[in-house]
Amino acid sequence: MHGIAFDVAHLLAGSLVLISFMMLYQDRLYALLNVFALHALVLALSVAWQAFTQHAPHLYVTAAIALIFKAIIIPVALHRIIQKLGIHRDIETVVGIGLTMLVGIGLVALSMALMLRVTSAADPLAREDLTFALSVVLLGLLIMITRRNAVSQVVGFMSLENGLVLAATGAKGMPLVVEFSVAFSILIAFIVIGVFLFRIRERFDTVDDRALDDFRGERR
Amino acid sequence: MAVAANRSRAATPLIYGATLAVCVTAFLLALRYLLSEPVAAAVLTLPLGLPWIGAHLRLDALAAFFLIIVNLGSAMASIYGLGYGRHEKTPHRVLPFFPAFIAGMNLVVLADDAFTFLLSWEFMSITSWALVMAHHRDEGNRRAGYIYLVMASFGTLALLLAFGLLAGQSGNYEFSMIRTAHHTPLIVGLVLVLLLLGAGSKAGLVPLHVWLPLAHPAAPSHVSALMSGVMTKVAVYGFIRVVFDLLGEPMWWSSIVVLVLAGGTMVLGILSALFETDLKRLLAYSTIENIGIIFVSLGLALAFQADGMGWAAALALTAALFHALNHSIFKSLLFFGAGAVLTATGERDLDKLGGLIHRMPVTSFAFLVGCVAISALPPLNGFASEWLIFQAILQSPVVPQWGLKIMLPAVGGLLAFSAALVAACFVRAFGTAFLGRPRTPAAERAREVDRYSLAAMLGLVALCVLTGILPGLVIDGVSPVTQALLGARMPAQTGIPWFSIVPIAQGRSSYNGLLVLLFIASSASLAAFVIHRLASRAVRRGLPWGCGLPGLTSAMQYTPGSFAQPLRRVFGTVTFRARERVEMPRPGDMRPARLTVEMRDLIWDGLYAPIVAIIGFAADHLNRLQFLTIRRYLSLVFLSLVTLLLVLTLWS
Amino acid sequence: MVLISEILVQGLQMAAVLLLAPLLTGLVRKVKARLLRRRGPSVFQPYRDLLRLLRKEVVLAENASWLFRVTPYLIFATTWVAAALIPTFATGLLFSWTADLIAIIALLGSARFFLALAGMDIGTSFGGIGSSREMMIATLAEPAMLLSVFSLALLAGSTQLSTIATFMASTHVGLRVTLGMVLIALIIVALAENARIPVDNPATHLELTMVHEAMILEYSGRHLAMIELASWLKLLLYVSLIATVFAPWQIAVSGSGPVAYLIGFAAYLGKLAGSGFLLAVFETSIAKMRVFRVPQFLGMALMLGLLGTLLLFVSRSM
Repeated sequence: MHGIAFDVAHLLAGSLVLISFMMLYQDRLYALLNVFALHALVLALSVAWQAFTQHAPHLYVTAAIALIFKAIIIPVALHRIIQKLGIHRDIETVVGIGLTMLVGIGLVALSMALMLRVTSAADPLAREDLTFALSVVLLGLLIMITRRNAVSQVVGFMSLENGLVLAATGAKGMPLVVEFSVAFSILIAFIVIGVFLFRIRERFDTVDDRALDDFRGERR
Repeated sequence: MAVAANRSRAATPLIYGATLAVCVTAFLLALRYLLSEPVAAAVLTLPLGLPWIGAHLRLDALAAFFLIIVNLGSAMASIYGLGYGRHEKTPHRVLPFFPAFIAGMNLVVLADDAFTFLLSWEFMSITSWALVMAHHRDEGNRRAGYIYLVMASFGTLALLLAFGLLAGQSGNYEFSMIRTAHHTPLIVGLVLVLLLLGAGSKAGLVPLHVWLPLAHPAAPSHVSALMSGVMTKVAVYGFIRVVFDLLGEPMWWSSIVVLVLAGGTMVLGILSALFETDLKRLLAYSTIENIGIIFVSLGLALAFQADGMGWAAALALTAALFHALNHSIFKSLLFFGAGAVLTATGERDLDKLGGLIHRMPVTSFAFLVGCVAISALPPLNGFASEWLIFQAILQSPVVPQWGLKIMLPAVGGLLAFSAALVAACFVRAFGTAFLGRPRTPAAERAREVDRYSLAAMLGLVALCVLTGILPGLVIDGVSPVTQALLGARMPAQTGIPWFSIVPIAQGRSSYNGLLVLLFIASSASLAAFVIHRLASRAVRRGLPWGCGLPGLTSAMQYTPGSFAQPLRRVFGTVTFRARERVEMPRPGDMRPARLTVEMRDLIWDGLYAPIVAIIGFAADHLNRLQFLTIRRYLSLVFLSLVTLLLVLTLWS
Repeated sequence: MVLISEILVQGLQMAAVLLLAPLLTGLVRKVKARLLRRRGPSVFQPYRDLLRLLRKEVVLAENASWLFRVTPYLIFATTWVAAALIPTFATGLLFSWTADLIAIIALLGSARFFLALAGMDIGTSFGGIGSSREMMIATLAEPAMLLSVFSLALLAGSTQLSTIATFMASTHVGLRVTLGMVLIALIIVALAENARIPVDNPATHLELTMVHEAMILEYSGRHLAMIELASWLKLLLYVSLIATVFAPWQIAVSGSGPVAYLIGFAAYLGKLAGSGFLLAVFETSIAKMRVFRVPQFLGMALMLGLLGTLLLFVSRSM
């Protein structure tokens, strides 16, 4: 578990964090979806590399699921939904991009300070994997809370889930069943959210979540 | 130094001359003490002050270093005052307090027991307050004086509590006793917080800085230079004396507190300076930024010291002391320059200056050198000390705590960010005050100032260059201080060829200001010489390019406000809630177009305004207490007495 | 004898950067022209421009001060000194310890400081607009640059460029995500600092989006020649810096003899040509940004620098 194996795993996981950051500052929906597809692709590569170095063939399945579902099917489906619904293609952010970035970096620093201290005994690969995974999860949450658009919230949620998969593969010996169930729950969630998107859109003519707040009579 | 207020014409040169002589003597004595590799501290006990203690004075390496800063700045201010003081309309409001203020600062540095320390601290505050109020007919100055007085009393109160905690139950107010006593972690934490409140408010740490940009510019310019350049250093001295000397072994989390405060101070200070149009207030805000830099370095020293890395702590502390010295030099220089501008034009608003480089060549040269030095550009002194701080930050991987390890590079980024902002700020200040065309008749009629002022400024220019190109001498001069406080020192620099500085090892990093200066000077003169000899040297004067339209007026140039506009838009919208409104009248309408910029001070709004509101509320309600019957007053007294007795009974 | 040869090599380096700088700019211009299907001027055109400018008389604005006339030489000298301290074909030259990477960045900062002041000197709006935007860009570019330097310095354990280059050429480096981030950050900073597309357009002279050209609008003759040469030197400096750190192949070690120097020099020429070509391709394939998009672009560099430094702590050796 040294030398090149570690370096490649490190590189892939690090790029995953970087791509999460790229998602943070996208202000067009299509660009966001493309970056998300890239995120899933890098995740698939990372998982496949883990499968190769850990000699765990079932991880290849995970990689394949990530590749097929998240890098191809979901982005394509979301593309079509956006097209069909004619959703406005700019994403409205709640706070400025600069501030979001700073918060993002703060989150990465937080997850590093936490994980590196807690897992000082673990093997270095699992350690850095967990650190990166926590960063990706937190960044996914950040994407969800800083966007007003429901589609980008879905994307944030998906990227959060990618972080979970990264954490799971880093820890050796996650059973395939868990993997499948996670994948399917995500799929179900995606379908449910997709249906909701249609309903929201039918009723309010927009997917901006402010419309929902207005409907509930909340003051912002 | 107790020269009584004298209204005769001879008083001004007499007092400044006497102060100059005393300060130069004190400066030389302190310098000789520091250079003679001091081993034992000189102690002096006077039968003054509290009867059972007396007044203890002590001269050790740290005190000697700060005496050098204090007396150097004071001597220069005295020279400057010889010329500047002649324009003073009410000299009797400045003259008696000026030497007293300097004496107060000297006494703070020399004090060796809490009572003397606090007494001289308060003396320093009061005399400087009197100097702030020298031009008390101005409404703004009165407000500045009031806020200054409130903040200074608050600071002294915090210090009083801190020393009370340090002295403990036995009441040992002598520093030598405090030093040997053992302090519990709770006490150490409390003292640190109180010290940050007390010394921090005097030094201008955010969010206790609000008085500083009001009070420093209100005083006459040479006193502003003293307050900004020297008095803030006395506050830094107080912090160093207690935290590094009296408290004993620091705890690592204390460095996080210091670093966070200092980082915020740096960035907020310089951003405020960037959007300021009053030249002296701009300089005061920049003082806040420099205090931030010094405290960043002190925070680093604390972090390294807590983890037992003496050499790294020595590097950081040296950098802090070096920067304190540098700041006292170039900030005095800049305030002198601002004072010269004020004398020559009667204006300190950047919007009303411009083109002074033609009318005041020497002042503008001196001010330019100050600007380059404060912007941390090589080969002048500001860069040398900031370079040392960067070197200290780069030692972060050796710190064991993860939080600190991750935080230090971020602080380094903040430092770099604020250094870049300083450069922008001083390009703006120099560019609008000295370059371009005059914006008002007053600026057009400006005349070069007197010889004494110029001599003081040029002396400081020489010091800026000298400490910039020979930083090794300063580092070695500071080494007794770090040796005494931390038990470690930086490697000796004087033996290194060509006056390079090498903070850790040759392979890691080195810097040579002398050679950089020589290289730049020689290649610039070589290029100029070759071109003038071999190519053309012809010059033709013409009109500037105005897109083919004649008649460029001074109103068409960039103003301070327009220079800051891109930065305001990028950084000001979040930190100051900056809003711009443009009123553009329709074609044919004769009204002028207007740009209104609104900025809010979030710290004032968020922290001070509520406090003021609470106090006002409380005062309104307590007001009723003044209209009670005597029986009710007596019962109040009785009740409080009983409550106190009850507390006493329950306490033990 | 050793000292004389060392001085000789150092002098060679100083002469080399001075002589190669116009060539690099000429090359970039030529490649850009070819990519746009134009013939473009010869790669040696910058030399001719320089000579022509030097021979012309200077037209000074009537209210220009002494600062305005001194600045071109100062800028040229600082940039030249900074460029001469970057290892190009050999590391560990005689004066390489004079200034480390932080000092080199600060030297460039000095040059920018004086250039911005010169822009304010005449008192026209063009100069002011250029200076204020240049300083705005610098407030983001400089910390991004320094954070990248932090990452490198923490990795190599030194801020000395020669040491960093030696470290990067060794096998201890490995694949690191930090290095990738630092490379991107450095490229962004280099584009911004050299007034290249997408931050600024080096080929414009009267456009309301210009930055660098607006500051130097009032310069002419030998003064303009000095400033142009300084800006070409700066481009060369950044290209050499990135090449030294990320492509330290075949770079000679001080005192290793003329053959190694020759190989190092040939490799350096190759690196210059390659980076010049890449720069031209990049510039033709991208559009210029609005001025207030630039902070976001540079903010990305800043973020990459900071993230790179943070991720360093997750790597194996730290």
